[in-house]
Amino acid sequence: MITPPPLTATSNNPASNNPTPNRYGDLVADKRVIVACGTGGVGKTTMAASTAVAAAQGGRRAVVVTIDPAKRLADALGIDALGNTPTVIDGAWRGTLGAMMLDSKATFDDVVTRYATSKKQAERIFSNRFYVNVSTELPGTQDYMAVEKLNELHHSGDWDLVVVDTPPTRDALAFFEAPKLLTRLLNNTIYKLLVSPRPGVRRAVNRAAGGVVRRLARVVGAEVVDDAIEFFQAFQGMEEGFKKRADETLTLLASDDTAFVLVASPRSDTITEALYFLNRLADAGLSVHAVVVNRMLAVLSASVDEAAQLQARLGAGPLAGAAQALVDHVRASADDEDRISQLMAHVPDATLKRVPLLSSDVHDISTLGDIAEMLVEDPF
Amino acid sequence: MDPGQFFASSRILIVAGKGGVGKTATSASLALAAARTGRTVLVVEVAGRLDSAPMFGVDPQGYDEHSVYDHSVYDHSVYDHRVYEHRVHDHSERGQVRCRSITPDAALVEWLSSHGFARIVRRMSKSGLLEIVATATPGIKELLVLGQIKHLEQSRAADLIIVDAPAAGHALNFLKAPLAVYKTARTGVLRRQAAETLEMLGDSERCRALLVTIAEETPIKELVETAFAVEDEVGLALGPVVVNGLLPSIEALNTAFELDPSGIVTSEQALSADEISDLVTAAEFRRDRLSLQDDQLASLARQLPLAQICLPHLFTTSVGRAELETLAEAASASIEAITLLAD
Repeated sequence: MITPPPLTATSNNPASNNPTPNRYGDLVADKRVIVACGTGGVGKTTMAASTAVAAAQGGRRAVVVTIDPAKRLADALGIDALGNTPTVIDGAWRGTLGAMMLDSKATFDDVVTRYATSKKQAERIFSNRFYVNVSTELPGTQDYMAVEKLNELHHSGDWDLVVVDTPPTRDALAFFEAPKLLTRLLNNTIYKLLVSPRPGVRRAVNRAAGGVVRRLARVVGAEVVDDAIEFFQAFQGMEEGFKKRADETLTLLASDDTAFVLVASPRSDTITEALYFLNRLADAGLSVHAVVVNRMLAVLSASVDEAAQLQARLGAGPLAGAAQALVDHVRASADDEDRISQLMAHVPDATLKRVPLLSSDVHDISTLGDIAEMLVEDPF
Repeated sequence: MDPGQFFASSRILIVAGKGGVGKTATSASLALAAARTGRTVLVVEVAGRLDSAPMFGVDPQGYDEHSVYDHSVYDHSVYDHRVYEHRVHDHSERGQVRCRSITPDAALVEWLSSHGFARIVRRMSKSGLLEIVATATPGIKELLVLGQIKHLEQSRAADLIIVDAPAAGHALNFLKAPLAVYKTARTGVLRRQAAETLEMLGDSERCRALLVTIAEETPIKELVETAFAVEDEVGLALGPVVVNGLLPSIEALNTAFELDPSGIVTSEQALSADEISDLVTAAEFRRDRLSLQDDQLASLARQLPLAQICLPHLFTTSVGRAELETLAEAASASIEAITLLAD
């Protein structure tokens, strides 16, 4: 379980004593970090990008960090896998819009370079096979690097708002656990024993652990075990830097500068996932500031009963087909609303934003602009 | 193709696709359709979730194997008897669906337990050593999940095993794991495990992948990419593609547009302005969706010349027993229309 860090970063912020201003336009105008969370396949990347566009339209310098954008959206944003730094996108906004695609491995290398005590130490780490696995394959690495990038961009001074898309994950807390990934690895008993400065301890440990390690080597391979040991030895002296950074990042995530936006679609399975997400966040004393429900059907004037009555009245006449379409539409729409109410009951303080089902996938800046306007427009 | 013949064509069906395309509902409905042909079916969930049981109207009962459908003790009131008579060819056979879960973490623990670490595996997990083993050997957990499935197949745990694979890019990692481990394994035990699993994946009589999508641009694009990767890199035979959530077409939908609105109002049905607007909006929307859907289905067929199993969109909140019946029916009907399976 995670312990939310103290809110020291913004304790002098008068807003922290009041309920957070939750209207979407306020989030876009005031927050320094917005995290778009939710399951895959609901348009999370599009909503994150549109949120950054909205901030740029409002005159802010906003950057969106995407994890794995659909190719055509990436093309529209002018980003590719290269660079690992934001590209500025020209458009009809008062502020600045930046976009980038996260390169997990490159970000990890940057982190190692930053905390390595010498160039030699960094190189020793880069050439280690266990490190290559950690920086590319270990579950949670992508979350960890997304958080790292967010922190880096936030502190660069170049951006007023950093919007970050999150990797598709089932566990809402993966994002909060992520900064501790490396410290957790480095904290494990074996590592501590391996790098113990006291030769006596090391000898005793080697005797005790040796049996296990030798047996492990037999099933997974001796070189595999050697790589791991070498990895831990190479990291000596960097633990404190990583720990400090993790604490700093968690403080930023839990501060009033950061807002969480849950993106969902009204389909029952994604609503179930969204509820699971919210419950996990609530377990840790965290909450979302806004819920964006994507892919909503157009709202019609007829109720479910009225549509059925109209269908009965029209019978098998020339409008029978349209009547069937109406009945299906209104019924699906009513189901969607039921599920959304169910979801919102868990987060009564969050702003709800509905984005309509579009006729094609979003792959141009002007559509992102249209969605941006829907997100910030005041319902009153 | 007769559904009985189809479900006998491979002993394992791996159902894979992007998140949100209805993979679990697809697995469950195929399981039900297969059970209707008199088979015992085992549904294996590998994502640590227990979503199948509720679709059969059964409360989830944990990760261990449990029955979710048994046609001999089936509540006959909830479905159509004509269908039942038609599907079950041999009344002496008892179709059955059981569910179980195999999680990657549990697979690793179990494997280590059976390789001399039984006493200390719990402590290894606590001290972080398990995480280190998994990190040092990428793909080991996924390989071991597939290894357990192979064991189930070889011990004939069921006539048919349906695997509800992890979502999205994870599906590919999952299926590529044996090859990755085989290439890098430095011990005989792991290499043998990987080789045997690869052999299983490469044999279409034992194993096939069924890729699931919805009729939308991005999911179809990803499905096509996955399909080629699965065939080329893993050597796994592809079964038909499952297209989920298809909106049923409506006959005479276009009539609404051929009538001029003033003509509708003056007709004896005397519609209000709101009613006309609702009808036109709903009809237009449906027409657009149907035309988009047709385009996407055609694009899929063009890019991937495989048979398609089409499952209808359900205008209901969630998949329960009744919806599962509808899907299973549609799956069987689609399978009957298939002429040949690709190799």
